[in-house]
Amino acid sequence: MTDARIPAAFMQPGTSSFSDFLSENAPDLLPARKSLPAGSAADLAPHGTTIVAATFQGGLVMAGDRRATMGNVIAQRDIDKVFPADEFSVVGIAGTAGLAVEMVRLFQVELEHYEKIEGSILSLDGKANRLSALIRANLGMAMQGLAVVPMFAGFDLDRGHGRIFGYDVTGGRHEETHFFTVGSGSLFARGAMKKLYREDLTERDCVTLALQALYDAADDDSATGGPDLTRRIFPVIHVVTADGGRKLPEDEIAALADEVVAGRMQRPDGPNAPLLGTEDAR
Amino acid sequence: MSMPFYVSPEQLMKDRADFARKGIARGRSLAAVQYADGVLLVTENPSQALHKISEIYDRIAFAAVGRYNEFENLRIAGVRLADMRGYSYDRRDVTGRGLANAYAQTLGTIFSSGGEKPYEVEIFVAEVGSLPEEDQVYRLTYEGRVADEHGYAVMGGDAETVSSYLAEHYVEGAGLADALAVAVAALGHSTDGGQTTDRVIPVGDLEVAVLDRTRTQPRKFARIRPARLEELLGDRGPEEHAAPETDAPPAPTADEPGSGEPPVAPPL
Repeated sequence: MTDARIPAAFMQPGTSSFSDFLSENAPDLLPARKSLPAGSAADLAPHGTTIVAATFQGGLVMAGDRRATMGNVIAQRDIDKVFPADEFSVVGIAGTAGLAVEMVRLFQVELEHYEKIEGSILSLDGKANRLSALIRANLGMAMQGLAVVPMFAGFDLDRGHGRIFGYDVTGGRHEETHFFTVGSGSLFARGAMKKLYREDLTERDCVTLALQALYDAADDDSATGGPDLTRRIFPVIHVVTADGGRKLPEDEIAALADEVVAGRMQRPDGPNAPLLGTEDAR
Repeated sequence: MSMPFYVSPEQLMKDRADFARKGIARGRSLAAVQYADGVLLVTENPSQALHKISEIYDRIAFAAVGRYNEFENLRIAGVRLADMRGYSYDRRDVTGRGLANAYAQTLGTIFSSGGEKPYEVEIFVAEVGSLPEEDQVYRLTYEGRVADEHGYAVMGGDAETVSSYLAEHYVEGAGLADALAVAVAALGHSTDGGQTTDRVIPVGDLEVAVLDRTRTQPRKFARIRPARLEELLGDRGPEEHAAPETDAPPAPTADEPGSGEPPVAPPL
């Protein structure tokens, strides 16, 4: 007689981690558990590129461009690379798009699973650490060219402000102050943010800052998509505050993006920062 | 070696059922009430840490009465089943019916297998749809029976008394505040030898959660905190705590040898 009941492993008390549970009971479902033949797989799948994040008083903003590339080809022009991880955190992804999206899905379930089983939400550091573990599990694939490098940010309810975490392919994690960028256009975006960031930004300012940084990234990096004015495709932007996270509606982003583009019509390189000092010049 | 006594299968099952039923009746009642925006789950549970009502998935909630360690295992299994199914297929593919089936098979197998103590639990699996007609409340009993409940359902404790109160006062399609008031009054209603008493249960002793289809998030489960309960219930007169709930079985009597012991498998 076959036993129709729920398998014993499901009933066992113990882990509150969904990925640990999967690795013991259904390892095939984990995105990182594939053994690949030797050689580089880097050119096989689309890559996502630039993500930027910055904090403002009372929250944070994370934004991503919409382009995925495969070599010289634009694989997708409206890809979504910033996702809510849970109510108070967001994750953005750069690297192999297929793997990265799967990793985000696993991370989302991981956080929700813990919350449901334990009856309380993980600390922001705890969430950031779990993401480290997921990236580390992908190291073998990363060495064959299928790297995933996410950025994680959330509102820390205990400390009362937004925090941003960057990662490397080995799962190494580092907390960033004020702003951070990842992906192929990240160097240009970071340069822009360095010059434009101020600590007294409002939420709207911070969203504009993210749009400016992405514009600069797209300006100099072929793998980053700029605002697509003909198709009306604009960056995806998430804002997280003490009240939780939300994805900004498209028309709101479009209006701000139009302002940014209008400014660039006057000055293609973007706003001027003062040469010396900290005086307000924007 | 002692000779085993012959026990007829009917007697065996009856004994096991009696055992489980007794365990379930010791706790307090839990009511599920359908209201305009979804399903309301209410019970009296002074503990803020050990929940009897919890979230399983986007549209699915779990409520149980009986032995905590047993239903907690079932709850965790439900969360894992749902999360795994939602992760490997899609979030929409996780249904209350699938979960109720898995629970029914599990409880049924345990109940009819000779070697295990039957679970002393009763469970509601509630699911909220996008329309009131799509709301579902499944009741699962200790022996794995599944019933589809409509309007309201009560389990545990003095379920009959609470049910009869709800039968009289339940209104279909009521708002949250009205449905809550009826459910809480029903839980405070008790009869003792023809004498009915209505106790006002303190807000701090209530555990209340809803599956609310009007929530904008995909996760429709929400606990209602004491402050909000206070607001919804309004002034109800002097509050009265219930007599302390004893998880220990009642004192052994002459015809129940050893019932003071921790539960073990009933005689085979």
